[in-house]
Amino acid sequence: MPGRGVGGRHVRLPGSEGVSRVSDDAVQVRDVVVRYGATTAVDEVSLTVPRGRVLALLGHNGAGKTSLLQVCEGFRPADAGECRVLGLDPIEDHDELMPRLGIMLQSGGIYPWATAGEILRLFASFSANPLDPEMLIDRLGLRKFERTRFRRLSGGEQQRLSLAIALVGRPELVFLDEPTAGMDTEARHTTWQLIEELTDDGVSVLLTTHLLDEAEKLADDVVIMRAGRVAATGTPAELTAAAGIDLLEVRAEAGLQPRSAHFSAEEKTPGEYVITGRLDAAALAEALAWFATAGAQVTAVNSRRRTLEDVYLALTADNKAGVSR
Amino acid sequence: MSGTFAPAPARAPMRAILRSQIRMELTLTARRGEAVVLAMGVPLLVLLGAGLTHVTTVPGDDRLAFVVPGVLALTVLSTAFTGQAITTGYERSYGVLKRLGASPLTRPGLLVSKTAAVLGLIVVQLLVLAAVGVAVGWRPHGGQILPAIGVTVLATAAYSGLALLLASVLKPETTTGAATLLYVLMLAAGGIMFTTPAAAVVLPLAAHADALRATLSHAAAVPGGDWISLAAWAVVCVTAAIKKMRWE
Repeated sequence: MPGRGVGGRHVRLPGSEGVSRVSDDAVQVRDVVVRYGATTAVDEVSLTVPRGRVLALLGHNGAGKTSLLQVCEGFRPADAGECRVLGLDPIEDHDELMPRLGIMLQSGGIYPWATAGEILRLFASFSANPLDPEMLIDRLGLRKFERTRFRRLSGGEQQRLSLAIALVGRPELVFLDEPTAGMDTEARHTTWQLIEELTDDGVSVLLTTHLLDEAEKLADDVVIMRAGRVAATGTPAELTAAAGIDLLEVRAEAGLQPRSAHFSAEEKTPGEYVITGRLDAAALAEALAWFATAGAQVTAVNSRRRTLEDVYLALTADNKAGVSR
Repeated sequence: MSGTFAPAPARAPMRAILRSQIRMELTLTARRGEAVVLAMGVPLLVLLGAGLTHVTTVPGDDRLAFVVPGVLALTVLSTAFTGQAITTGYERSYGVLKRLGASPLTRPGLLVSKTAAVLGLIVVQLLVLAAVGVAVGWRPHGGQILPAIGVTVLATAAYSGLALLLASVLKPETTTGAATLLYVLMLAAGGIMFTTPAAAVVLPLAAHADALRATLSHAAAVPGGDWISLAAWAVVCVTAAIKKMRWE
């Protein structure tokens, strides 16, 4: 799909007012602040979702993901900063914008006493060219619950219906707040497949998640949020690469002190060494050679690629508390 | 690339959107049993109880001429105020108002749909109750029907405004309690089942009932005090609702 170059994604525009120009990006957020009383839930966050791409906002509960999404959806104003969605102001241009968006809330928003089928058909009737509700009902495995009232659906079933509602109007851009929360494994994979189809068809996606595999699987770009701020941003590959690509685990006798200018080593537990750094072939050879030279009895060598999880845990470990929303 | 989800967003014609939203509002109202009882059962009971027996004292010899217009006014109160306050309170707490406001329906569209559904319900309820009244011996006059409709529209506006106001500032459980309590108080003291002092027309229900009695039972003009009372309630309640309306 048409993706914009890496260089275009995190450019800070000269002059913070520059954002109001007509833009080709699906979402532009600049220095947005959201406060609840004395608590700052979102603290000067900037991000861009280029058209046709998937951006995942990744973070613990309370990192500020939903608050930021609510600003983009026009549900609340930003206390500072600017937000443009499809080139429009989410609050001032609300009525013009809404038909072009698909919104999936984290919970609620649906008549508890209406049936799944009634609700989906209601939302379909709001659009001039809706998707076939029957197709969505089948795709999302809702056929059995078509005549079940919303309040009687399980959490995962409610989520699936909520996703169907977000998609039924053939939107250009969808906001998915924790799209697979409460879903079983099968529903999660169905949902992932749907989201991949969306982007294949040119829909832009901004989603929040606290699931690393979800971000890694779906996202073109990941923004890791911690306590209301952006902790890291990049493609999943960039994020995993940036921290120092690989890990080498070596098991030998305890008390050795491997040392080199090309890698760093740490004895995690007695006899278990973790070698990190930019481990190209030469550096790997040097590390193993060090153990050989030292006359160590190496009993196991294991190399492992860093995952987004490692990056995420490293970035978020020092502040798990976050803020209350 | 299947193309199934290729973007093609466009709002449906507003008339179609409103039609399906109004249908949903009516479906859900019909589905709530207690709302139906409150809206039709209680007025029917009052009509038959106070209209056909002598459990209460009413002015004049023609009990039905007094009671039936009062029951019609009570029905407008129960549907436009009590029912709407309760429904809207829960819809707000469930996030339905917020979600629908953020759909192509839009917030004004949602308000129009709610109003249309309430008006539609009221028309049907009034026709049914008036028919029951006629069946048991009420003899209404048609000459002053337009002023009667006029005061009913004002009362509906006042009640709807008050309902949305209550639903916007209170929790849904509190709204339910307050709306039901007000309904019971008005039923008791609002000049429906027995005579109240003339000053009671400062209350919208008493003014509405008085105006309907004058027009429908006695073919007379709406007393000036009733117009003033209802118009004032409508203006104050609708203005307050617009100012305080909260969607989430």
